[in-house]
Amino acid sequence: MTRFFRKKDNFYGFLVILPSLVLLGVFVYGFILQTFLTSLTDWGRDPAQALSANPQIRFIGFENYRELFTGFVDARFRQDLANLFFFTVFFLIGCLGLGLALAIALDRGPRGEGFFRTVFLFPMALSFIVTGTIWRWMLQPEGGVNQLPTLVGLPKGDFAWLTSREQVWRFSWNDLPFFTALVVGLVLAFVAVSAFCGGQGRRGVVAAISAALVLLWGFTLGRSLQPLPYDEYHGFNLALIGIILAAVWQMSGYTMALYLAGLRGIPEELREAARVDGASEWQLYRYVIFPLLAPITLSAMIILGHISLKIFDLVFAMAGPDNAPTDVPALLMYITTFRANQIAKGAAIGIILLVMVALVIVPYLYRQLRSEVRR
Amino acid sequence: MGRIVQYALLFLATVFFLLPVYLVVVTAFKEPAAISLSTTWQPPERWYWESFTQAWTAFAPKLQNSFFLTVTATLLSALMGSLNGYVLAKWRFPGAHIVFPLMLFGMFIPYQAVLIPLFQFIRDIGLGGSLWGLILVHVVYGLPITTLIFRNYYAEIPDELVEAARMDGAGFFGIYRHVVLPLSLPGFVVVVIWQFTQIWNEFLFAVTLVSSPANQPITVALAQLAGGEAVKWNLPMAGALLAALPTLLVYIFLGRYFIRGLLAGSVKG
Repeated sequence: MTRFFRKKDNFYGFLVILPSLVLLGVFVYGFILQTFLTSLTDWGRDPAQALSANPQIRFIGFENYRELFTGFVDARFRQDLANLFFFTVFFLIGCLGLGLALAIALDRGPRGEGFFRTVFLFPMALSFIVTGTIWRWMLQPEGGVNQLPTLVGLPKGDFAWLTSREQVWRFSWNDLPFFTALVVGLVLAFVAVSAFCGGQGRRGVVAAISAALVLLWGFTLGRSLQPLPYDEYHGFNLALIGIILAAVWQMSGYTMALYLAGLRGIPEELREAARVDGASEWQLYRYVIFPLLAPITLSAMIILGHISLKIFDLVFAMAGPDNAPTDVPALLMYITTFRANQIAKGAAIGIILLVMVALVIVPYLYRQLRSEVRR
Repeated sequence: MGRIVQYALLFLATVFFLLPVYLVVVTAFKEPAAISLSTTWQPPERWYWESFTQAWTAFAPKLQNSFFLTVTATLLSALMGSLNGYVLAKWRFPGAHIVFPLMLFGMFIPYQAVLIPLFQFIRDIGLGGSLWGLILVHVVYGLPITTLIFRNYYAEIPDELVEAARMDGAGFFGIYRHVVLPLSLPGFVVVVIWQFTQIWNEFLFAVTLVSSPANQPITVALAQLAGGEAVKWNLPMAGALLAALPTLLVYIFLGRYFIRGLLAGSVKG
């Protein structure tokens, strides 16, 4: 204490930053803790108690979480997780692919570059609510995009953009432990291979052993682990395609900006050197430019991924809060808590969202801040 | 990539990005009776301005709410962020390397994980349903990003400059007032633009914390209008244009700073 307060200025510095620290401590960490504690109760299970001034709340442990993942009534939450998974995958592919293509096209100095850049980035300035309102109109079943082919004399489309009930790639929820083990195992195997190639033998051995163990578990015990007593099928709801389209429209300008900044940072000498060595344009990109853009891709994936996990307003504005085929967990949390007054269950969904986002963001923050210290 | 492919891609992408804009404009200018799904893409036969008068009557109070909320919260969070950034960039205190990441994480959390206690807290301190509750919330959750942008910006100010001012007898606030603040203008522009856009466009807090229609910001009002079934589409489209205009103007006139804020939002300064 004495060392800290020796300098008057340090004291002032502490005093200035203290209110912000207290506010964030309470509003972020205090409230997270309180939400977690709420999620361990039965608050709202009895409708009569949910809105009373002094509700009787009982501690029930992780029961809410158990129900969400394996209970009979919460199938909608599990479908929401499937929706979230497919939404994230296609949203990322769309934004990264379109963003990279546009950045390369702009980097090669077209005429009117400023105009194109302005056009590709302007949706970023809009609210998801505005975007959602516009695209809701674009995707009316009998109008908008479905009418586009008629402009060139073709028959109109008949895709039920936001209302489709069709599902593809259905899988049984009971197979999820197996699939999870498969994916984790393959990722670990990939880490092992790249560690061996990079000459990090010990890391490679650890990763390889973990991969083998996970895969072994998946193919033996994982197969017999059945969360539900019956088969429950979930898949990719085609109604999500419209929402993915609007989300890519809004956010691909961001990846374009990131990639363009990256491309502009690659020194011209490097490209010249590759060309002198006889590299074709394709080889130049394949062996020189894309590897240099890899860190940007990773950052973009993390930022877009955490936006996607939190997606709420766009779905709300496009399909309304109660449209089950396009529901996502962030929206379900809102409905569960503030419409159905199932407060504890809503809190549990909120905590699950937090854990998913933290799994993405914490390693990212760690890496970013460590590299900053090194610099 | 050949020239033809390059320009074809840029052209197609431009169409993809501008189609919705075209549709919004023509729909907003059509008479309600002339709006039908089969003629979505046709330009209006008669330009009908009344949609905007109607939308303006319906939305003017909400736009006013949004302006009051956004300007107040933006200025407060920028000011606090500037002071925080100054402390974190120029005065090392024990534990700064732990406190800073903990602060930053607040920027990324899904707000659903704090929404229930937040709702109760705002209600319990008597700000439930009011714009002031929303302002408080935006200031608090804006602190991580404003602090981060200012910290990275102030880190560029040479320590020698601070040292020199200290030699001249300036204290903690003197250095901020006479050295740091005068150099801050571009930092403030980036932060203000970022916060303005974020708060103007925000929806989750607005829809949960403000229940009374009188205090609604524009995003909530627009979502409710577009969600209704019997509504003619000229009105939501005119409303969408009104709601988009302030942030679009900021983007068009201050695009450089907008993009800088955008890139700063992904942590690297």
